[in-house]
This record gives sequence, C-alpha cells and structure tokens, in this order.
Amino acid sequence: MMPKTLQIGTPNDTDIVATRFFKAPPSLVFDCHTKPELVRLWQSGPDGWEWTICEIDLRVGGAYHYRWRNGDGVEIGFRGTYDVIEPPTKIVHSETFEGGNDTTVNTLLLEAKDGGTLMTYTMRTPSKAVRDAMIASGMAGGMEIGYGRLDRYLAAQTGG
Amino acid sequence: MTPAELDATFAALADPTRRAILARLAKGDCAVAELAEPFAMSQPAISKHLKVLERAGLVSRSKQAQTRPVHAEAAPLEAATRWLEQYRLSLEKKYARLDALLDAMQRPRRKGEKRQ
Repeated sequence: MMPKTLQIGTPNDTDIVATRFFKAPPSLVFDCHTKPELVRLWQSGPDGWEWTICEIDLRVGGAYHYRWRNGDGVEIGFRGTYDVIEPPTKIVHSETFEGGNDTTVNTLLLEAKDGGTLMTYTMRTPSKAVRDAMIASGMAGGMEIGYGRLDRYLAAQTGG
Repeated sequence: MTPAELDATFAALADPTRRAILARLAKGDCAVAELAEPFAMSQPAISKHLKVLERAGLVSRSKQAQTRPVHAEAAPLEAATRWLEQYRLSLEKKYARLDALLDAMQRPRRKGEKRQ
C-alpha cells in the first residue's frame, strides 16, 4: 500500500514535485481534474474563498481559467493552456498566476497502481531563481492567510 | 526570515553534497578534514560547499579552535522546512477533498434498487 498523504520535494533546481495516492482509478481522478463541475467541488481556494470562474477548454491549445473571491472582494486566479492531453494518464499545461509574470509548466501523471492511482504532479519553473522566489512568495502568501485567520479569531475573542 | 534569505537557504539545499554535509553536522560539530572524508572530494571542494552553506546561514565556523569546526545552524533550515510543510498541508487539504469526492463517485446509490 502506498502512503496516502502528499509527499513534496524539490528534486532539482527548477521543479517542485508532489506525489499522492488515490483510492480510485485514473479515469475518475482524470475527470476530477478536467470537468469544471467536478473541479469546482474540490479545488476551492483557501477557507473563505468562493469560486467566481471555473472554465476548462480541454483541447490541446485550449485554455483554462480559475478564479476565486474572498469576503473582502479580493480576487485571485490563475490561467493557462493545455499542451498535452492523454486521457486518463497525462496532462501537461502551463500555469500563470493572474497579476504575476512567471509561468510554470505542470505535468500531471496518473498511474494505475495497487487498485488506485498514483499521482505525480510536477511544477517546472523557468529557472532556479524563479522557483526559489516562488517558494519564498508562497511562504509569504501562506503566512498572510494564517494571519487572516488569526485576525478573525482575535476579533471573535474580543467581540470586535 | 526575508524572501532573499529563504532563497539562499533553498539554493544551498538544492545540492546533494551540501545536504549530506548538513546531515553529518546534525550529529555534531566537525572539522573540515573530517567532513571531506566520506565524500570523494578534495578539501577545497568541500570548503566551497561550506561557503555556500555559510552564506545561507546554515552553518557557522568556530573562530576559536585551530581546526575551526563547522557547526550546523538550525534556524534557516527550520524556516525552509516550515514553508514546505505549510505548502504540503495546504495541498493535502485540497487532495483530502478530492478523496471525499472520488469516494462519493464510487459509492453505490443508496436510493432505489441496488445495482449489481
């Protein structure tokens, strides 16, 4: 049995790789990554963010666009195009954060294994500098979300 | 920790020799000659790696003893690990939702006739 929780690593200078096992065949996992009505059910943003756009044009050269909004009206999103679509085992697509300059090329591999699916998701950045900056800004973003929660908690505690 | 400092940490960690050096130092301080032993590398080559680790704040070198033993500094490594762990947890949360969805999609319908 494969470990079920997510493993994440930086195997070389440019990549961030996440691996995980799912108790479902690759075809279902593939659908959950490519059908908007299914994507909407699990790829929600952090707590408190609601979907505003979830569009997928699943063709080579086709585009996708995801966007969420929080309670303060702030919107975040990303978009990209599909380079490779090989159902149900492989998708290669670009990904650019809206308002950002850097584009990653992400490869999703879904391999039938032990009655389920082993997912290997590789995010390839254009350079080590970009990868490291992305990791650093990701940390800042994560901290911001954490502080947002702390703010709400403190407000609730003080009745403010 | 600033983003620049974190960059330096990740850059320093992106090399297997430097990771092995840190793993060795986790067991205790060590002189450079001693550090070079298990690696098929000259002492100057190891010193080069140590300079990168030193710039990232991951190791420090004692000025007292003549051998100037190398010491692993925990703080930057912890900050880098914390970020990866935070990122891992946020992704894990998302994939836990996918688990629930996949589970629901594979569950036989409760209402009406059971399909076999």
